[in-house]
Amino acid sequence: MFDLTGKSALITGASGGIGGAIARALHGAGATVALSGTRVAPLEELAAELGGRAHVIACNLSVAEEVEVLPKKAAEAMGAVDILVNNAGITRDNLFMRMSDEEWQQVIDVNLTSTFRLCRGVLRGMMKARWGRIVNISSVVGATGNPGQGNYAASKAGMVGMSKSLAAEVASRNITVNCVAPGFITTAMTDKLNDEQKARILTQVPAGRMGEADEIGAAVLYLASPEAGYVTGAVLHVNGGMAMI
Amino acid sequence: MSDIADRVKKIVVEHLGVEADKVTENASFIDDLGADSLDTVELVMAFEEEFGIEIPDDAAETIQTFGDAVKFITKAS
Repeated sequence: MFDLTGKSALITGASGGIGGAIARALHGAGATVALSGTRVAPLEELAAELGGRAHVIACNLSVAEEVEVLPKKAAEAMGAVDILVNNAGITRDNLFMRMSDEEWQQVIDVNLTSTFRLCRGVLRGMMKARWGRIVNISSVVGATGNPGQGNYAASKAGMVGMSKSLAAEVASRNITVNCVAPGFITTAMTDKLNDEQKARILTQVPAGRMGEADEIGAAVLYLASPEAGYVTGAVLHVNGGMAMI
Repeated sequence: MSDIADRVKKIVVEHLGVEADKVTENASFIDDLGADSLDTVELVMAFEEEFGIEIPDDAAETIQTFGDAVKFITKAS
């Protein structure tokens, strides 16, 4: 089950904890992977760890020109892009009343607009191949909201509406578009929280623990697999019961 | 029939799965040949590749029939 042999996957934000876990999961199922991110050193490290079938493609998602050429570069490196995982994301948290236009725009540009551009960029190849998988990494806060994250939550909720619209357009071509919405996951970002903050968060999580990046990787692997061909326009929440939606 | 018209017809027949004799000068991709809006985008993509031309979106919108396509491509290539 979940064999991706012969498939090629482009993963953005692969230098991060969740992105790395997604890349490992897809690669472990036999896919060739293109690892994209702004920091090349951790990408090279991950590529070395994976061994064969791994390409590193640097890309700054806040630069429109770099985003436009990323699908082409990935297709050149791997021969095609059968699977796209839009995982990269940034936060610029601030209370709403203090949030600057710049903080708003940066987050929308990187999280939402680059996702749109990358989806558009890979569609031609997927349409011709009559097969494709797009998995956009949203967030639980896109569904629930979160104080201090008006920009981030908007970008993540925007991804969901965008994904559903695209899913409806391309379903007849065997291309599925879905979202995975992680809850609190152990990453470098959440490592910065102190024990008290973590304990407070965990009171909201019925599972009583943080999620692991591997658990997001497994969810993406399922949605990327041939077995998930009838699942499209869905949001798979992976949050330990924090929000049951 | 010109070489261009033959090549366009071949693409239309293959892509839309219709009989070649249905693809007449005035045959509308959507009304007569059963294409949906996504099919028309794909046809334009296929024309671009076959003939090595760029068909901008506003021009693509004017290509409604087989005859339109042949005329546009003849001019562009």
